[in-house]
Amino acid sequence: MAAFILRRLLVTIPVLAGILFATFLIKALIPTDAVLALYSGKVTEQKAEAAIAAIRAKYDLDKPWYEQFASYAVKVAQGDLGESIRTRRPVADEIGFRYVNTMILTGAALLVAVLVGLTTGIASAYWKGSWIDEAAMAVGIMGISMPAFFFGLVLIYFFGVQLKWLPVIGTGDLRSLILPALTLGLIESAPLSRITRSSMLDVLSQDYIKAARAKGLSEAYIVLRHALPNALLSILTIVGLQIGGLLGGAFIIEVVFGWHGIGELAVKAIGWRDFTITQAIILISACTYVSVNLVVDILYAWADPRINHR
Amino acid sequence: MTHQTTPGTLAPAGTVDHRPRRSGLIRILRRLARHRSGRIGGAAVLVIILMAAFGSLLVPYAPLKIDMAHRLLPPGASHWFGTDELGRDLLSRVIFGARYLLLVGVYSTAIAFGGGVLLGLLAVAGGGWTDMLVMRLVDIMLAFPYVLLLLAIIAALGPSLTTAMVAVGIAGIPGYARLVRGEALSVREREYVDAMRVLGAGTLRITLGTILPSILPALVIYTSYVMPLAVLSASALSFLGLGAQPPLPEWGAMLVSSRSFLATAWWVVAAPGMAIFLSILGLNLFGNALRDVLDPKHS
Repeated sequence: MAAFILRRLLVTIPVLAGILFATFLIKALIPTDAVLALYSGKVTEQKAEAAIAAIRAKYDLDKPWYEQFASYAVKVAQGDLGESIRTRRPVADEIGFRYVNTMILTGAALLVAVLVGLTTGIASAYWKGSWIDEAAMAVGIMGISMPAFFFGLVLIYFFGVQLKWLPVIGTGDLRSLILPALTLGLIESAPLSRITRSSMLDVLSQDYIKAARAKGLSEAYIVLRHALPNALLSILTIVGLQIGGLLGGAFIIEVVFGWHGIGELAVKAIGWRDFTITQAIILISACTYVSVNLVVDILYAWADPRINHR
Repeated sequence: MTHQTTPGTLAPAGTVDHRPRRSGLIRILRRLARHRSGRIGGAAVLVIILMAAFGSLLVPYAPLKIDMAHRLLPPGASHWFGTDELGRDLLSRVIFGARYLLLVGVYSTAIAFGGGVLLGLLAVAGGGWTDMLVMRLVDIMLAFPYVLLLLAIIAALGPSLTTAMVAVGIAGIPGYARLVRGEALSVREREYVDAMRVLGAGTLRITLGTILPSILPALVIYTSYVMPLAVLSASALSFLGLGAQPPLPEWGAMLVSSRSFLATAWWVVAAPGMAIFLSILGLNLFGNALRDVLDPKHS
């Protein structure tokens, strides 16, 4: 098992290096000079050149790309994400609390997605072909067709504007978390429900389920204690992959609900062309996603002794 | 996946017989027409195409015409979908918006399809180092959550409708590349490919003439998943202000300015929002039917 974890960690290294290089490319590709000149303040014609030269030196733009990449990699390894071009504050200060907010939103949405997805998936597998199954199927295809931002606005209209039950905008307290987490969680529950259904169907047709029935165990016991744990293994992998969907979805939902997370900031920073912030947010989110999947893989190997730890 | 007919294997060198394929196409269309979600989805797709093609003839008002005297009018006889905060007719804007949906759907899917097929076949035909390099590139792209990959590309290229289409296209490449490589590797092991090699056919000829046609059904099925997602993503980008820019009547971009009027005028959000939702639902239903027809084992 230790060897498996080590090997899995080693495989992650080139992926992380690739992510680092890809985020580095963001700076390399955008017309950086123009952006820097934009934020260097109003300078007179003669001073402009000197100012730009100074800024180019500060952001390593006067060096060849491989030196730029090397110094970027070293800085990131030291935990230095640079400073925002727009506000001149360290990027880590700008995104620290926002990262926590995004994780809270993603976590809450994951909870909603898993609760709703598992329940409807199990129900439609158990009552296969019934109206419950048909309804879940119809809701599922609507779920994958529904743009999250529009669904968010619909929920805002009904629960915020009409019923006035919940705040429609803001960050922090539990009440303002409900609507964004529901929006994101319900949308992401649709694919999870389909996967749960098909893996439950696989398990429910196994001989040991028939054996459990023959023993006279209650149906609820059979489904929850015999079938579900076995179906959970394949569901777990999908949940790991869905974290990516949730994280990306959170970026959009944050804009809809004015939730102060890294997604909201990333979208603004792209508009401002503040590449240090954009770079840092994309780097951190991609690393989060890779780490989560690493943990899921290890959990999977730990939970299923049949897996050959190659 | 079963391949009932494999064009290129029976045809003599240099000639391709199109007749069996065409009758196959008609058979597929017939089966789609008999399929319930095929009919609904097909109708939706047809409506989008008609709106995109003849939109300028259909619209009752100019989609960009500002009319402050009639701003935020609820849906009624003169404005079926109401008017927005600048008095522009929402029905006209929704009809005009269909062309952007079609544009994005076709172009970004074409980029993803073309790029993915190219990379995937390159990996298979090249083998060894080429294969490894291509697949590592694919792995790195897939290490990013999809939306983040889009944002990274747009951060580099700058926000506009064109870059949104390109970004959605590029973000779709790794999925196609992986699929093409997997399918092509299994086709390459078939006996008829060995036979061609014995007969002296080169790698290029085998890859493009034999392998590519036999993996096409799998690619079509995959595209039925990809295209709705591409359209959805592009509209999300426009909603974030990173794609089509106002005053363009693109549905996602329409929501940017309208959403602050949600509390007092729900229709300004409902018109473009429902247009996006129903179009993507139509594409998904059509895709479902297509998958049932092309791959009966699937359902």
